[in-house]
Amino acid sequence: MDQCMDCELTDLTHQAFFIFNQKGEVLISRLFRADLKRSISDVFRIQVISNPDVRSPIITLGSTSFFHVRVNNVYIVGVTKCNASAALVFEFLYRFVTIGRSYFGKLDEESVKNNFVLIYELLDEILDFGYPQNSEIDTLKMYITTESIKSEMAVREDSSKITIQATGATSWRRSDVKYRKNEAFVDVIETVNLLMSKEGAVLRADVDGQILMRAYLSGTPECKFGLNDKLVLAKRGDQTSKSDSAVELDDCQFHQCVRLGKFDSDRSISFIPPDGEFELMRYRSTSNINLPFRLQTHVTEPSRSRVEYTIHLRASFDSKLSANNVVLRIPTPLNTTGVQAKVGVGKAKYVPGENVIIWKIPKIQGAQECTLTAEADLASTTHRQAWSRPPIQVDFSVVMFTASGLLVRFLKVFEKSGYQSVKWVRYLSKANGSYQIRF
Amino acid sequence: MAMAPPRKGENWELRQQLNSEYRDKRADAIKRVIANHTIGKDCSGLFPDVVKNMQTEDLEQKKLVYLYLMNYAKTQPELVILAVNTFVKDTADPNPLVRALAIRTMSVLRAEKILDYLASPLSKCLKDENPYVRKTAALCVAKVFDLKPELCVEYGFIETLRDLIGDGNPMVVANAVAALADIHEASLNLPPSPPSSPGGSSSPPPSARPSSSLFIIDQPTLTKLLVALNECSEWGRIAILSTLARYKAVDEKESEHICERVVPQFQHVNAAVVLGAVKVIMIHIKNVTREDLLKSLTRKMAPPLVTLISSPPEVQWVALRNINLLLQKRPDILANEMRVFFCKYNDPPYVKVEQLEIMVRLANEKNVDTLLGELKEYASEVDVDFVRKAVRAVGQVAIKIDEAAERCVSVLMDLIETRVSYVVQEAVIVIKDIFRKYPHSYEGIIPALCSNLEELDEPEAKASLIWIIGEYAEKIENADELLGTFLDTFKEESYPVQLQTLTAIVKLFLKKPDESQGIVQKVLQAATKDCDSPDVRDRAYIYWRLLSSDPAAAKSVVLSVRPPISLPQTTVAPAILEELISEVSSLASVYHKPAATFIGKGRLGAEEMHRRTLDAEEDVSREKALQTVVAGNQAENLLDFDADDEPAPTNGGSSSRGLVSDGVISSQAIASVAKSTNPLDELMDLFSTASMTAPSTQPIAPPSISAGVTGLTGSTSAASSDPFASLSGLSSPPTGNGHGIQSPPAYQPQQQQKQTSGGGASDDLLGLF
Repeated sequence: MDQCMDCELTDLTHQAFFIFNQKGEVLISRLFRADLKRSISDVFRIQVISNPDVRSPIITLGSTSFFHVRVNNVYIVGVTKCNASAALVFEFLYRFVTIGRSYFGKLDEESVKNNFVLIYELLDEILDFGYPQNSEIDTLKMYITTESIKSEMAVREDSSKITIQATGATSWRRSDVKYRKNEAFVDVIETVNLLMSKEGAVLRADVDGQILMRAYLSGTPECKFGLNDKLVLAKRGDQTSKSDSAVELDDCQFHQCVRLGKFDSDRSISFIPPDGEFELMRYRSTSNINLPFRLQTHVTEPSRSRVEYTIHLRASFDSKLSANNVVLRIPTPLNTTGVQAKVGVGKAKYVPGENVIIWKIPKIQGAQECTLTAEADLASTTHRQAWSRPPIQVDFSVVMFTASGLLVRFLKVFEKSGYQSVKWVRYLSKANGSYQIRF
Repeated sequence: MAMAPPRKGENWELRQQLNSEYRDKRADAIKRVIANHTIGKDCSGLFPDVVKNMQTEDLEQKKLVYLYLMNYAKTQPELVILAVNTFVKDTADPNPLVRALAIRTMSVLRAEKILDYLASPLSKCLKDENPYVRKTAALCVAKVFDLKPELCVEYGFIETLRDLIGDGNPMVVANAVAALADIHEASLNLPPSPPSSPGGSSSPPPSARPSSSLFIIDQPTLTKLLVALNECSEWGRIAILSTLARYKAVDEKESEHICERVVPQFQHVNAAVVLGAVKVIMIHIKNVTREDLLKSLTRKMAPPLVTLISSPPEVQWVALRNINLLLQKRPDILANEMRVFFCKYNDPPYVKVEQLEIMVRLANEKNVDTLLGELKEYASEVDVDFVRKAVRAVGQVAIKIDEAAERCVSVLMDLIETRVSYVVQEAVIVIKDIFRKYPHSYEGIIPALCSNLEELDEPEAKASLIWIIGEYAEKIENADELLGTFLDTFKEESYPVQLQTLTAIVKLFLKKPDESQGIVQKVLQAATKDCDSPDVRDRAYIYWRLLSSDPAAAKSVVLSVRPPISLPQTTVAPAILEELISEVSSLASVYHKPAATFIGKGRLGAEEMHRRTLDAEEDVSREKALQTVVAGNQAENLLDFDADDEPAPTNGGSSSRGLVSDGVISSQAIASVAKSTNPLDELMDLFSTASMTAPSTQPIAPPSISAGVTGLTGSTSAASSDPFASLSGLSSPPTGNGHGIQSPPAYQPQQQQKQTSGGGASDDLLGLF
């Protein structure tokens, strides 16, 4: 049995990498192992791209597995013939998408076609023999460039440094960064997930948080970062002063620059940041979520040809704050012929293609209330099935507000030259399809 | 070149440009060659012209020429030699990027000739002062091993790789580990010996295999790996974690140490690192006995798993499949987290279906109300497949949690009231299971079910309702009428419906003999005369003979008490589960199937099979495990209620009459069994094979038995007041297959295993989708 287990070793490799357009034409193809032929791409085209019934991101045909991710109008595909790590393949495919976006602005058929040489160059660097290598965008940009090649001498001088950095313990940072003004910007961005039942009960409310940092700091700065994390505050015996405002984080995930061992032992976040913008951490919080918007719905179907909506939206955050780009998507039955909507604030419009009333409010002050009343006329149908009433979706962004209550307590920067640095913090809570209310 | 190339066309133009005196033009031409290759045009004819451009100071151009070489070297093996000089020169270039590029490219050219020139530059690069070159060279060893394993042995590359595990640079360590693992796996796939002759049909003893000796992870290696784990890039961490998963700890202390060192990786942002860490922990936790550590490990595992649910949908799906697996092993890890698995309206269907399964796994008395509310909500969505699964989940919850059964039934009744055809049908199917689990508890809803009779058009739903009617025939006043409607269309119905109609009417007859003589005769006649399914016919014959010979036996067979059903905790067999858990995040763990079932034709398919036949022991254990999987699948399928209509172990009447014609029937039955999945078919198959294999003994039945049988029939017909008398008065069924009834049903699982063990291994995963 032992030997049997051994031969089932998880393999880490992609054995081929493809990019297809929507027609199934190969835009990029890279094969890493001899046992895969280029014709394998035809199999993918026939089985996945031309097959509307595909319901899984992994397809195994014979002994070959195709992993695909669809971005805009291209398919990014990893192929393997072994028991590969599925999580790794998808993580890599998404990383490729991120790298592509960072290099070309967006990743679509046009940008792939225009930059195919660069993509081959990148692939050569980030995927060797099917094993993912350095995929740090900052480092890659040091030696894979879109501009014409620098003078030969310069490259030669640089490349030693480049290679050291690409493999080094802080592969994400150059050592010779210099800024006249040392600044660090911290953005706390929270995506609020809400699922509320018809009866107004909160079925699920949690926050996926993201802390983005833009570090413009000279040298090799050693940073310490502190949040109003309940566990940390409790440990320090701060209960008396701040325990009310402390948040409970269910889980955190860090950029690879953060010392995980240190966090595991005393929950302190210390790191040497990459230069420029990066995602320092992600977190998840499920307790005491402040919902920025409350919705009261009253939807009736007085006859078979009419639906009446009354929807109250209340901004439940502080009146000094305001929310931008609030968009409500209110579903209508499939056989709706027209909608008359009246709103106090913003604009409401029926979009027949999506079967929704879209109510857009450019700006709402905290504690403000708005109401929509609408009537949808229905065509008579013989179809008896009841309307399934998909949830109402609210999209928004509220500046200087965190639904979880998270606050940055400090960001300390230590550098051997001892410079002073300026730090800025911004907060944003938003929802993009994740704030759903049933009615 | 022997043949003069044509003087026009795109390739001719390109050739001109490649030989142009202007650098820009040449660079441009190379790009066009690569573009042509990408869209599938053959550019191998340009080989010498492209290679001329190899010697350049321009790094970008060099990369493109190298890319060309990688693709075409094997088509022009003689010409590759032209490039060797430049390659060897480049591997000594002062620029480390050039050195790495040259060695990286050279080792994938797949040309025998170039390999001989590769050895010495590779040895140099493996010891290069620059870590970037070393980490590139490390992977080159795996590439060379893939092409020519004996070269690696000859030059001691593998020992060098092992030394690199102690390298000061974490990236080099990670790549050395990855390369060794790759080589390790490749060597397992190699034909035993000699390694250079793939496909050799000689069969040396299995011990001659290179086996795992190429990459043994000992304690010093372990220490190095644990140090490198915290320092290297995310991809390197994954390589190291999967190597740690292979390590066999010497004692509990070491297992504890590994777990403690790996736990911090749960906080990594890369899902593959998190799952890799979960895998290592799940493997080494087996040796941990310290209560507090066990607790802290499982407690720390839950949050990162939940966080994976906010990943992009594909990663989320992989995570969900793995969570489903982990919950089968450790049901308690996510006990309080059901809410995060609630489906969002706009989630992709493959994600929603997984979430449903996990929610049912996490259901308990406390959260069942919320869950039922959700499931009811899902049942009103538009995706038919998902809606059906949601309804099915309601039934699973009912069977899982006794206290909630009543609430589940009321949800199902609400759903039936929606009168959406597929919801109603699914609900009926599910209610049938609830009746099985809680007999005589919810009879009150039967009238409501029966009022939907004409709504049903799917065989499974129809069969379910008919089963319910048959089961409660004594309580349903107009059961004969209801069943009669199905009998009227008997010929047009599908076989499962026919089988159920037949059984239900026989049940009705046994319960209310006075009112249903006519209907039972009709159904027996229809089933034996007009039906072209041997299963239906055979079952009808069995019933007929039973009824005419021994009504008491018929009662004990047809109305026997069924074993209770339950919701299985696991969907895979324990041995397989153990194997899958140690492969968390791999394809196997996503499919919930051992890798061998879907990568059977791996890199060296024929050799692999050959090796497997050598390792007979392994095969046996695997085969056993696969059989358990199959058996598990059968057990999981609550809907095969046919299984309990099989005869209970009775000594019902056996008869030797009519056996002459047995041969005909059994061959038909065998033919049908090949296609069918109904457990009863397998039972029938069992009967027929029994009579096939021992035909010589059959015709001469022991006289004592046949005498006993006649006596029995005689006694029943003597009691003329008995309604059965009229039956025995009927002409005997033309053929009989009563012999096998004596076989106890315990045979059945074995039979299933025999049936499926062959097909199980080759089972195609496509079935999943």
